[in-house]
Amino acid sequence: MKASSFGYARPASLAEAFALLARHGEGAKLLAGGQSLIPSLNMRLAAPELLVDLGALGELEGIAPLGQGLRIGARTRHCEIERSALVAERAPLLAQAAPHIAHVAIRNRGTLGGSLALADPAAEWPACCVALGAQIVIASARGERRVAAEQFFKALYATELAADEILVAVEIPPPAPQARSVFLELARRRGDYAMVGLAAQANRTDGQLRDVRLVFLGVGAIPVLARHAMAAIEGKAADAAAIAAAQHELSKDLSPNGDLYTSAEAKLHLARVLTGRALAALAR
Amino acid sequence: MNPMLETTITVNGTRVTRRVEPRTHLVDFLREELGLTGSHTACEHGVCGACTVRVDGEIVRGCLTLAVQANGRAVDTIEGLSDSGEIRDLQAAFHERNALQCGFCTPGVLMTAQELLRTRPAATRDEIRDFMSGNLCRCTGYQSILDAIEAVLIARRQARPA
Amino acid sequence: MNDRIAPDQLAPAPRAEERKPAPAPVATRGYIGASIPRANAKRLLEGRGCYTDDIQLPRLAHVVFFRSPHAHARIKRLDLQPARAQPGVIAVFDGRAIAEYCTPWVAVLGHLKGIKSPPQHAVAIERVCWQGEAVAAIVAETRAQGEDALAHVEAEWEELPAVTDMEDALSGRYVIHPDLGDNICFKRELVTENFDAAFAQADLVVEETFGFGRHTGVTLEGRSILADYNAAEHSLTVYHATQAPHMMQDIFSRHLDIPEASVRVICKDVGGSYGIKVHVYPDEMATAAISVMLRRPVKFVADRLESFLTDIHAREHKAKIRLACTKDGRILGFDLDDLTAIGPYSVYPRTSGIEGNQVVNLTGGPYRHKAYRAKMHVVFTNKNVTCQYRAVGHPIAVALTEGIVDLAAAKLGIDPAEFRRRNIIPDDAYPYTFPSGIKFEKLSHEQCLDKLLEAMDYRALRAEQARLRATGVYRGIGLAAMIEVTNPSPAFYGVGGARISAQDGATVRLEPTGMVTCLASVTEQGQGTDAIFVQICATAVGVSVDKVRVMTGDTGVTPYGGGTWASRGAGIGGEAVLQAGKALKSNILDVAAAMLGVDKATLDVRDNAIVDGATGEAKLPLAEVGRVGYFRPDTLPMKFQAELSVTRHYTPREYGFTFTNGIQASLVEVDTDTGFVKLLKHWCVEDCGTVINPILVDEQIRGGIVQGLGAAMLEECVYSPEGQLLNGSLADYLVPMSGDVPDIEVAHVCTPTKQSELGAKGVGEAGTAGAPGAVMNAINDALAPLGARVTDQPFTPERILRALGRI
Repeated sequence: MKASSFGYARPASLAEAFALLARHGEGAKLLAGGQSLIPSLNMRLAAPELLVDLGALGELEGIAPLGQGLRIGARTRHCEIERSALVAERAPLLAQAAPHIAHVAIRNRGTLGGSLALADPAAEWPACCVALGAQIVIASARGERRVAAEQFFKALYATELAADEILVAVEIPPPAPQARSVFLELARRRGDYAMVGLAAQANRTDGQLRDVRLVFLGVGAIPVLARHAMAAIEGKAADAAAIAAAQHELSKDLSPNGDLYTSAEAKLHLARVLTGRALAALAR
Repeated sequence: MNPMLETTITVNGTRVTRRVEPRTHLVDFLREELGLTGSHTACEHGVCGACTVRVDGEIVRGCLTLAVQANGRAVDTIEGLSDSGEIRDLQAAFHERNALQCGFCTPGVLMTAQELLRTRPAATRDEIRDFMSGNLCRCTGYQSILDAIEAVLIARRQARPA
Repeated sequence: MNDRIAPDQLAPAPRAEERKPAPAPVATRGYIGASIPRANAKRLLEGRGCYTDDIQLPRLAHVVFFRSPHAHARIKRLDLQPARAQPGVIAVFDGRAIAEYCTPWVAVLGHLKGIKSPPQHAVAIERVCWQGEAVAAIVAETRAQGEDALAHVEAEWEELPAVTDMEDALSGRYVIHPDLGDNICFKRELVTENFDAAFAQADLVVEETFGFGRHTGVTLEGRSILADYNAAEHSLTVYHATQAPHMMQDIFSRHLDIPEASVRVICKDVGGSYGIKVHVYPDEMATAAISVMLRRPVKFVADRLESFLTDIHAREHKAKIRLACTKDGRILGFDLDDLTAIGPYSVYPRTSGIEGNQVVNLTGGPYRHKAYRAKMHVVFTNKNVTCQYRAVGHPIAVALTEGIVDLAAAKLGIDPAEFRRRNIIPDDAYPYTFPSGIKFEKLSHEQCLDKLLEAMDYRALRAEQARLRATGVYRGIGLAAMIEVTNPSPAFYGVGGARISAQDGATVRLEPTGMVTCLASVTEQGQGTDAIFVQICATAVGVSVDKVRVMTGDTGVTPYGGGTWASRGAGIGGEAVLQAGKALKSNILDVAAAMLGVDKATLDVRDNAIVDGATGEAKLPLAEVGRVGYFRPDTLPMKFQAELSVTRHYTPREYGFTFTNGIQASLVEVDTDTGFVKLLKHWCVEDCGTVINPILVDEQIRGGIVQGLGAAMLEECVYSPEGQLLNGSLADYLVPMSGDVPDIEVAHVCTPTKQSELGAKGVGEAGTAGAPGAVMNAINDALAPLGARVTDQPFTPERILRALGRI
């Protein structure tokens, strides 16, 4: 199981990377941490002409304050997010989600930007970014632009990124003082991709949940914002009746496809279970 | 045919330079170019952990790292950790408890265990179980592996000056 | 340019004083029963093992296989020339080309009456019968170049109907091999005379149908072979990750037409076997043939995707079982109807009829009922082949038996432990003939049950379970008693005509230095063969374990024997080592007596020395016997010849199989909202007779249990109705990782077999045999108050949620 032959370039600057993308077009593939790309190369599911390794681009790395929020470089590795005190303080949802990503050896190489750009529907970061209302920072020779995470994911493994663009950073707005977050995931084994997962964020004031964001992973082609369920709980105390109402509404938000081991009905059921658990936790 | 690229890696403290195909992953490079056959390929899609090696001091999946990506970096393998004596206590604990059978997973398991011992000295048994869950062992029931790691963790903790 | 920059990072090797002294023997039985770490594990711990893929030879070529994308198709056109033209490609071969050098095989055995299978070629000719079957071989300078060339093979197919459902196969609606007349590979029926009466007089008859997912062994090291043909000698050396080197020597010889004496099979370190590496694989036969054809060494290592498509699968069964009993809970009889599918060919040379046959033999195993009826069909399908994988048939027989026993106990309101106690064969009832015809020498069900219940504190667990249920926590406790086939006699394969050795041999030799070398025909797959043979040999000869070196896995070096399978290594090979060691000791004493001019009977060998048997006084170091025996035989009496090398063999004869028994228990907690099952704890009490090395035995039982837990909870080769494997990667086919298994407590009852002096029975498969049944019963125990029940393995959250009516 050996990858087919490809070329390899390691640009020293973004400009150089843009030039490579321009020259090779669809034949070029960006290499970030490689933890999803390299297996697909080894299995010959992908056969690019050229890998453009972003590994030398220091400007894509690091976690920094952005006002009261955060800017996380695209090449920041999962393990760095997991360990960051700044992330734990300003975007605890990410810190909660990180340990669910595969295993340590993978987290030591896999990157935030790589995960977002791949847009695996069962991955953790896309759902978290949507839940947090993050902005995805995209650069190209044409300049830089920002896209809300909610708009970034288009379809299965498809994003807003054009062939000549590079995801350079994620900007996360400051958390509200009353913000709470919960990340829950059901996977058959530790570190496996989620059967169903939920990134949940809300502000709790006077025992009520406001600005609730419920974003599911593993139940659709992209991270799914459960608007009906969110509306059902908005401004309410998370009591049994309100939770049940939100769970009920989920069938309007989710139309999951079954996978190898889990049917669509089971996924919807499990999403309801996670919703109940998440809302109870947010309200605690 | 894509050109071979000159790649220099410090492997177990020794700098080596080879011309490698970009598609060659790090474990094939170590095994075939350098004869370091202690790291194994068993799935080549990042699940089993038999290929675990260290790059710049942190464990990675050797099958999910290209050799050319390791250019300019330091790579440590089971052979290096054995020769330096870094994990002698861990190896002894595995030996004493028979924490291996066929031995195919063992180098990767030891690399991961050493990362745990270095980075999480206060780990509980459940945390050890969790941390080690990215390395497939098909022979043992994992119990002797956990026992061995737990014993070394406690021993190293006690040995550390207060 | 290589410049060493940090030679001082090398730590010095441990000096002599840091090396630990050899462990001392245990008083009465020497090293038998001592937990001595395996000496040969040290190099594995330093990454210094040598697995087949680690071997590089000059002029080594690599073969890759173009495999069928279809489950059943006619090859309309196959053009290999575009692949031949690719960089690095040395040769390309289709099935016909390979067949000129490698004859086909038919996997049937005489004692499995009526078993049938069509001839199978190393590489398919004209037709493919499962997705993954090799259709062409491409030989290249590197594996990667070979794979590059695969993309250039041009093939056109005419798809044929794929039979993938067992019932469909049995119906014969479409016959896969028209020459055979139907899709039935093998069937067996058995009924005891009293059967109808027993079921007629029963107070209660319970019935259930159980499903078993097809799964596979997932050896971490893929199947590996390096064949090196020497044209000048017409000889073949094969480095092979195998469990049965002599069996493979015979097969390479016969199918490649090379004299057996000119075929040498060398088995270096093997990265896991579990029954996967004891079969003849078409791609491996093709690799050997290609080495002959190209007159150069050729290597094939199955990658993970190939492993899932072509390593034998096992255990696709659907079985209905009925149990008849009295109202006071006495089992009267079992009634079994089993259907299993094996893919398109019976696997050579052991056949694919054995697993179903075992289910018939073993169902009802631990109990003293007298009535039994069994019906079993083995059918062909267009999926990958199945054959013997660890615990062959046992996990099915145990789960069927224990599942239906629990159901009967529940219907009668009798505690499952108590129900078992009323029905297990009493410990004083042996020898005992079981309704299926198998014979038990001596088992210990009662002692094992007692020990298990005590170890797990059964009553306290039941009390805790009741307490937690009141709070909405659903825990379950499951028991599974079992019997296990070990130490098989020639009744297993030999009587059916298979050239598979039921005996094993050992050569034990005193070296001039006083060291002892032991050459044994059982192989080392990591289970610790070498280590226990060291212990047995040291004990038999009278030396310390550090004085013994064991060599296995080379047909050019060791005595002839069967190898590693059917839990036979310790019981059969160990006895051969024991007898060889004893004979060597006797011969050593002959030499010593001659040297000392004393009566041999006054001497003994202890602690590496000749001693006075009565006083223990040291007379001669063993090295002195070696020196004189080899270098100064002129100093010995004129007609005396020192024989410091001895070979002994052992075959079990009295019983067809040396049965073992044991019982397992599982404690689980079911999350009734998610259908997730948390395995909290597992217990196993096992009677494998003499335990030679407890740390080896215990971890092997645990490893076996974990494979059984995988079967119960995670593992299944999922095929589409068209016969496409849907989860052929380690990301999709789920095996247990450390986070998925509980701590496992292991205890022993020890009833040595009287057939051998060593008294050892087998143990390698016990864990796998019992674990799925125990877990199934635990889950159903947890679900019982909710009126739910699961019977189809693996017990996925989906299946549990459906049983609960949550979806």
